Amino acid sequence: MRVYADNAATTKMSERAKGVMIDYLDKFYGNASSLHSTGQEAAEKLQEARKSIADAIGADPIEIYFTSGGSEADNQAIVSAANIGKRKKKMHIISTAFEHHAVLHTLNKLEKEGFEVTLLDVHENGLVTAQQVADAIREDTCLVTIMYANNEIGTVQPIAEIGEVCRKAGVLFHTDAVQAIGHIPVNVKKDKVDMLSASAHKFKGPKGVGFLYAKRGIILSNIIEGGAQERGKRAGTENIPAIAAMAEALNESIENMEKANEKVTKMRDMLIEGLSKVPHSKVNGDMSAHLPGTVNMCFEGIEGESLLLMLDADGICASSGSACTSGSLDPSHVLLALGIPHEVAHGSLRLSISDENTEEEMKHIIESVPKVVDYLRNMSPVWESLEKGEREHFI
Amino acid sequence: MLYSEKVMDHFRNPRNVGKMDDADGIGEVGNAKCGDIMKMYIKVDNDGIITDVKFNTFGCGSAIATSSIATEMIKGRSIDEALTLSNRAVVEALDGLPAHKIHCSVLAEEAVKAAVKDYYDKNGIEYDKEMFKEVSCEHCE
Repeated sequence: MRVYADNAATTKMSERAKGVMIDYLDKFYGNASSLHSTGQEAAEKLQEARKSIADAIGADPIEIYFTSGGSEADNQAIVSAANIGKRKKKMHIISTAFEHHAVLHTLNKLEKEGFEVTLLDVHENGLVTAQQVADAIREDTCLVTIMYANNEIGTVQPIAEIGEVCRKAGVLFHTDAVQAIGHIPVNVKKDKVDMLSASAHKFKGPKGVGFLYAKRGIILSNIIEGGAQERGKRAGTENIPAIAAMAEALNESIENMEKANEKVTKMRDMLIEGLSKVPHSKVNGDMSAHLPGTVNMCFEGIEGESLLLMLDADGICASSGSACTSGSLDPSHVLLALGIPHEVAHGSLRLSISDENTEEEMKHIIESVPKVVDYLRNMSPVWESLEKGEREHFI
Repeated sequence: MLYSEKVMDHFRNPRNVGKMDDADGIGEVGNAKCGDIMKMYIKVDNDGIITDVKFNTFGCGSAIATSSIATEMIKGRSIDEALTLSNRAVVEALDGLPAHKIHCSVLAEEAVKAAVKDYYDKNGIEYDKEMFKEVSCEHCE
């Protein structure tokens, strides 16, 4: 049995999105900038997709800019807001400690250019409050950028409340909605967001394509120069088959959302109930404001990479915030931001499921994980010292 | 694949895994904060031969694999031979490790040395302290 439980990393394309993509590769291969019919047919399809995506999130088509994915959209949104701020001598940005690196690394770069960045605490429960944002906003704040839902632990931030605070203060608000779009209802008007990033492959669309929503009137700075595509703000011949497949996947996800979420939430709760029986384990992040399909847990005394490799041998594809899986010595900055100690954060497991998973697969995970945790604990000197009382249990 | 077949073999079927109640030397190296701790137990006979080795490791796949192969490489050898075990030899025996995992092989070498040092200390055997310089981890400080 192969159980794919890493949908927060990427999803398998839906049949409908795949069908559109293949069809478009055949029929609409033209360059949308060409004047001839083949080009203009492609341009028409591009506009259709733009309208369909705009409608899906409550935006206007001219507010949608296609990008290579979420990271590019995050980069462009933040750099654009920073440039707008700089012109008004506003060089303060507010964000959180557990953003995706596409946001954090861009902010680091801006700090080197003289911007000041305030990273809000996300507390033990993985949630930031609108009040924190209100308290952090200054005269010189040019941007608030806070993710819609966290990619590792799945907590959903009070985006509409934060949007309200930002709008009242006249500060631009960007949200990285990569994990949220297609999974929970997102509407840029209701949520009062000025900019929003999305990536198709997180909602059963193709990889390498995403979009940035930027409210009318926001002047974007180019990340990629070289052509008049995307109203001059993002050069490069548009990948129309991928863009159309993204639009299809988004609409399909929204159509199926209610039904899918009911199924996924039930399976997720099965996982939480089953895996919480493992002694000295802990679910990370508040489960009351949460994505339907993501569960993040820590198991004390073990290390995440060996856990993943063992689970893989048992047919389970999952992910971890351990240092070894990140290629650095530090475990996940998300778990550290929640106040989880390094040694416990190393033993984390993220399971992210979709409506394609089955209850039978959940049973397999619930059987397999405790066995693997037990096996690894038996050979762990950390577990030995926890058991002997030489080291204190955190969980 | 991230790892060689040899690494995966030692990870999936670790040799000499376990604890030893009557060990003559025990070495523990690494830091839980960094995500790797290796504990190595050795049994040494009167001729200075390592007759048995066991290990316990908290860490990633390569930490477990390097511990496992290091126990194989010193079992049945003399203490002096065990002290010559280098991290490079461990990496070679595993048909290579990814660059960011080389530190696991360093830990394996240090775990062996720490176990020998403990054996020396327990038995009042004199040694050159230079041989067992403590390696500090900048990351943890």
